[in-house]
Amino acid sequence: MVEKPNKTEIGQSFQAHLNRLTNLWEMMFSQAEREEMEQPLREHEVPLRQFTADMKADYTVLVPQMLPVHFKLIGGILRRQGYNIEFLENVGYSVTERGLQNVHNDTCYPALLAIGQLLDAIKSGKYDLSKIALLLPQTGGGCRASNYIYLLRKALEKNGLSHIPVIALRLDRLQAEGGFYLSKGTLLRCLFACYYGDMILWLKNQCKPYEEIAGHTDKVVEILTNQLDQAFASGRFLMLGPNYLKILNAFKQIKRRKVLKPKVGIVGEIYMKYAPLGNNDLENYLISQGAQPVVTGVLDFMLYCLNNNFVDAKLYSRPTLKNLLQKALFKLLMVGQLAMRNVIRLDGTFMPPATFAQVQRAAKGCISQGVKMGEGWLLTGEMLDLIESGVNNIVSAQPFGCLPNHIVAKGMIRAVKERHPEANIVAIDYDPGASRTNQENRIKLLLANANAALQNTNGEAKRHVLHLQPTEAEEIEARRA
Amino acid sequence: MYRLGIDIGSTTIKVVLIDDGGRLLYSTYQRHGSRIAEKLTEIVGGLALLLNKHEVKVAISGSAGMSLAEASGIPFVQEVYALSGAVDELEPDTDVVIELGGEDAKILFLTGGMEERMNGTCAGGTGAFIDQMATLLNVSVEELDELSLRHKKIYPIASRCGVFAKTDIQPLINQGAAKEDIAASIYQAVAEQTVTGLAQGRRIEGQVLFLGGPLSFNMGLRQRFIETLRLAPENAVFPEMGQYFVALGAAVYADGQTETFTYKDLKKKLLDSQSAIKGKSRFLEPLFADEVEYAQFLDRHRRDSVPEADIASYRGAAYLGIDVGSTTSKLALISENGNLLYTYYASNQGNPLPIIKNQLLHIYELLGDRIELRAGAVTGYGEELIQNAFNIDYGLVETVAHFTAAHFFEPQVDYIIDIGGQDMKCFTIRNDTIDSIVLNEACSSGCGSFIQTFAEALGYSPAEFAKLALFARRPVDLGSRCTVFMNSSVKQAQRDGAEIGDVSAGLAISVVKNAIYKVLRVHSASELGRKIVVQGGTFLNDAVLRSFERELGYDVVRPNIAGLMGAFGAALYAQERHKALGKSASSILPAAEVAAFQHQARPATCQGCANHCSLTINLFPNGRRFISGNKCERGQGGKPLNRPNVYEYINNKFKALMQTAEEEAAANPGRLTIGIPLVLNMYENLPFWYTFFKELKCNVVISGESSRQLYARGQFSIPSDTVCYPAKLAHGHIEALLAKGVERIFYPCSSYNIDEGRGDKNYNCPVVAYYPELLHANVPALKDIDFMYPYLSLNDRLVLANRFYDLYPELNFTLANCIQAANQAWRFYRSWWADVEEYGLNALRQAEEEGWNVVVLAGRPYHVDREINHSIDKMFNSLGFVVVSERVLTDLVYSQKVNVLNQWTYHTRMYNAARYVCRHENMQLVQLVSFGCGLDAITSDELKDILERNGKIYTQLKIDEVNNLAAVKIRARSLLAAMEKNMQKSLPQKSIIG
Repeated sequence: MVEKPNKTEIGQSFQAHLNRLTNLWEMMFSQAEREEMEQPLREHEVPLRQFTADMKADYTVLVPQMLPVHFKLIGGILRRQGYNIEFLENVGYSVTERGLQNVHNDTCYPALLAIGQLLDAIKSGKYDLSKIALLLPQTGGGCRASNYIYLLRKALEKNGLSHIPVIALRLDRLQAEGGFYLSKGTLLRCLFACYYGDMILWLKNQCKPYEEIAGHTDKVVEILTNQLDQAFASGRFLMLGPNYLKILNAFKQIKRRKVLKPKVGIVGEIYMKYAPLGNNDLENYLISQGAQPVVTGVLDFMLYCLNNNFVDAKLYSRPTLKNLLQKALFKLLMVGQLAMRNVIRLDGTFMPPATFAQVQRAAKGCISQGVKMGEGWLLTGEMLDLIESGVNNIVSAQPFGCLPNHIVAKGMIRAVKERHPEANIVAIDYDPGASRTNQENRIKLLLANANAALQNTNGEAKRHVLHLQPTEAEEIEARRA
Repeated sequence: MYRLGIDIGSTTIKVVLIDDGGRLLYSTYQRHGSRIAEKLTEIVGGLALLLNKHEVKVAISGSAGMSLAEASGIPFVQEVYALSGAVDELEPDTDVVIELGGEDAKILFLTGGMEERMNGTCAGGTGAFIDQMATLLNVSVEELDELSLRHKKIYPIASRCGVFAKTDIQPLINQGAAKEDIAASIYQAVAEQTVTGLAQGRRIEGQVLFLGGPLSFNMGLRQRFIETLRLAPENAVFPEMGQYFVALGAAVYADGQTETFTYKDLKKKLLDSQSAIKGKSRFLEPLFADEVEYAQFLDRHRRDSVPEADIASYRGAAYLGIDVGSTTSKLALISENGNLLYTYYASNQGNPLPIIKNQLLHIYELLGDRIELRAGAVTGYGEELIQNAFNIDYGLVETVAHFTAAHFFEPQVDYIIDIGGQDMKCFTIRNDTIDSIVLNEACSSGCGSFIQTFAEALGYSPAEFAKLALFARRPVDLGSRCTVFMNSSVKQAQRDGAEIGDVSAGLAISVVKNAIYKVLRVHSASELGRKIVVQGGTFLNDAVLRSFERELGYDVVRPNIAGLMGAFGAALYAQERHKALGKSASSILPAAEVAAFQHQARPATCQGCANHCSLTINLFPNGRRFISGNKCERGQGGKPLNRPNVYEYINNKFKALMQTAEEEAAANPGRLTIGIPLVLNMYENLPFWYTFFKELKCNVVISGESSRQLYARGQFSIPSDTVCYPAKLAHGHIEALLAKGVERIFYPCSSYNIDEGRGDKNYNCPVVAYYPELLHANVPALKDIDFMYPYLSLNDRLVLANRFYDLYPELNFTLANCIQAANQAWRFYRSWWADVEEYGLNALRQAEEEGWNVVVLAGRPYHVDREINHSIDKMFNSLGFVVVSERVLTDLVYSQKVNVLNQWTYHTRMYNAARYVCRHENMQLVQLVSFGCGLDAITSDELKDILERNGKIYTQLKIDEVNNLAAVKIRARSLLAAMEKNMQKSLPQKSIIG
């Protein structure tokens, strides 16, 4: 006969079960996991509103300005795809001010300006705040620049504007998240816009400093961009060669004075290099000071980003199929760039741009291609290539305290000079508090040396001006005392 | 044809006139007080006779001459270029030129590849810096020079920028260090600044030409340069006309120009340009529209006053509060019911002791026998010195003093902002306790004293200067960055026609913007609180107060004794303690002893540990003494508390490893030797690489521990002066390895760190990832040895072994060996850190049991380096904290998503550590941030958010080569005070903080 367990026994066995369960609980989950469940912390997630496909119809997408010509072309392409895109033109002190108020002040200057420009536009009252979205390109990679998008979201939250959707355009994947979708055809068009934009940028700077009629170059640029914009509406944009020739011939129409001006290359962090808002309109400042700016295209940067994947594969793991596909794209991009170089080179009127392969070769032996954060080895390579193509004067524009630039810009100047003692390089730090006088003074030093070098090649002999008698100097000192 | 060379610098104007034969006819050197066009017109006017019958070629040079040249159409030549022209003609044998000006510093390398460098936007402080420091020491520039020649000791003073150096000097003054020694240390800092900031990777050797005002006039500065550069006397050239070289160069340049001027032309052009100088300065709205608005403003603030009592008639008890700040000393004597009996506020004049002595005597006189001094308390930078000197009853940390005062004044207060001479303190008050503290980082300091120094430099008292601001028509916009930038912005604005009042208003606005956006980082007043009390001497400046209210769009409370709140709070504190402890008599020295008080200070070096802190021994009457400058209690003869310290434990492990490596190398002399610098990520990876090479039968030589001397040895090859200190130290470690005679140095690069599975990605920071590239390009001696800096990531050992094998076939390792070595190395690496984690866990357990406070010093692996952390861990130990590192806590927490891209392995650990801290009463997190770390701009906001939303206090310590812990100690003590006050809330029986 089975005895019925009494109540105490039931209680005891229940307790034992419970103990076992608790042990099991401890076995099933790590202390960290248990703590997370037992003692949850107060969490906070910065709200994120995705851009959805249905917003496409009536939302205006605001984008900070960086490359005026390129962006104008890309803007046209995207508008034809139904995106109401607007590249911001608001500049001035209020932009910096908004940036300072909303972004950690130690963050890099480009973040401060880009986010400042967006917020300044939002606060301008020009837009219906329920019908705008913001777009920031994101490079990805180990630089803190990958964090811009997060900083923007934080800034929006701080201003109670989290309902505004933010689009992160991932440059490494050539795609955005959410409903902002770019078809293959659109991407192809954007790529071609970069080809043409690069060529215009490159040739513009070879004409504008020398133009006989002021404003001639800008007019040509305007007509060209309008025409190319039309070309993207049809299939004509695909005719790479004819379009290249068209651009070349348009610039050849500009009457240029035959004067010798020092050539000054601009390298730097990508935003500081291109954006007039960032570098205080460096291109035009150089022109006003009697120099010819040399600005290489953005395609090199895109190729550099792609190339990083191959280098990573080599340095840290094994190649994959994805890499092979990227390699094909990489090759394709190079072909278009080489064609541009050849068109300009064979014509002979203008100095041809370097191809990515040339820049790669120039960097060899100076810096490894493993340096892939920020502009990485490309910046050093560009300096070397510029010098090797006869552009001995270089302004390296960098945000104050930029981490990669410690290595690839300031850190490599010595190595560059060892290879090319004739190099004349100045690193300019940009930052909201930096004094413009100080920046311009340094550029003036660069130009003074550049002009002296030009004169030296002209073979002017130097003669002594001062013949101070030591006694006289002493006498005057004594008189003063 | 005559040649006129004009050099317009930031503070002075130099003019030389050269005749046809190249001889000097005239020269002048004058301060221009920013009235450039006027001054130059005046000087040229004086040349009427000399120029009358001659045509002249003219050129203007100098940073301040740019806009004048543009406006007048006189040719301009960049000053460095002009300088090289003059040197070329006058001192052709020169190898290097060093020129220090009022605000600029320049180096020209003439031989072995011409290079010219000017100081960057960050590195300020040259002539202007020396002026400022002289003001700080309350001596003239000439006296400073004389003092420096009699020095006995040099203190390490941060040489990066003026503001940093100032932060270092101030505590030295307050600790009683000899003025002679401080003066020489200031010059040493200038010399070192020039070497790192400008030479940037090139050695200064050969014949060196020293130019510019400061180097022409200050013998002590010359001495420091010669010693620092180790120049033979014949190689250091100080030419007669050192301060005129740029002007002479301008004359040389003028000669090459085609345009000539007659005296009349020149005079006219200059006169015309006076009005035509167009500026790039921005101007703001006036602070007050009219007198009426100002009167209303004054009325509103007059309401916030503390009652006073007449000391001549008062009878009863009194309590004394003393606040010895960075630049000023404040005293407040209060009655039993908190009324003010007596107050004092004056500059320290470089040494607070005699001031306090006189004040004590004065107070004793006022007390008579009607009033009994029951107790006194002292706070501020000079707290310990004054407390020990005069036996003051209590000492308390400034933050507590300020809170006590504000709370007495406005019990509803929930936010306090104190802007003093040197620091800015802001704290949130919740439930009557200090909830979070924000102190300004060393970089944005110089708040109030900056306005004062500026006022004095322009010949105004601070009060007059402030008054000018009120009705200035167009205040200058000076931005909101470091004060060094402001200096040049002010100059620029003056050039653009700003009046003194505009500058004063601009400075006030700028200080406020700095406080709000840079220190507080708030967006609107609502983020601060509802009852905001502003205090500190700086807020006595109505212009500052006004701009503050305007910037926030919110009215705040400013007590009429804003400048005395620290002293007032200390007096209240003395009263409170006196009552709580039931003491009757005060321990303050009686009048007779105060009258006989004397003080002597002598420098010493602590022998307590390998740190060798610079000490100042203060000797007082009756054999009493006080030692300052030490980082732990050992220097003071105290007994260590022996609290567990993970930083110490890791350091000891590294020391033991280095010893082992040395012994092994000695035992196996024939083996291949690999040198490894103990820097940056090697503080994490050294156990791996050491084992890896040991397994491959190599000897490993490790560079050793960091030190100031080691840093100095590598200083000459640092190309970027704004990179973080941990990176800069790498240059010294490489030199140390080279000195050990190694022929192979191994220091790999890697974009990727180990993927610990906690973040979105596993990157290294760009500096950690690629610093070996920079070393290779900038350390010349690395070209002569085998410097191995391959790209290898510890994340995949098989790939690593394969790559290593492929890269170095000449070392004859087999692939199998490499793979086996990598596996062994990984095992050792894991066990090494597991051991550290276990030690940390035990420390936490012990702390829990004993009821000790725990502080997590959250930084990067290399922050355990004593030269980087300046023994902050030991200081926390001495305050009774158990110290652990972020690494110990990482795996105790379930990783969560954060609101930033979580892509750097080291940073991920900090987020986790913060989460752990949130769950534990007795723990606090202090983030160590190396100055210049761009990534921490991202992490710090996120850490702050995690901690604060879970009721913890976020504290950040910015560290650099600055070796003085005074400011750090304030933060640490404030943190402790807040913790204990919080504790006291829950456990009412516990005594109050001290």
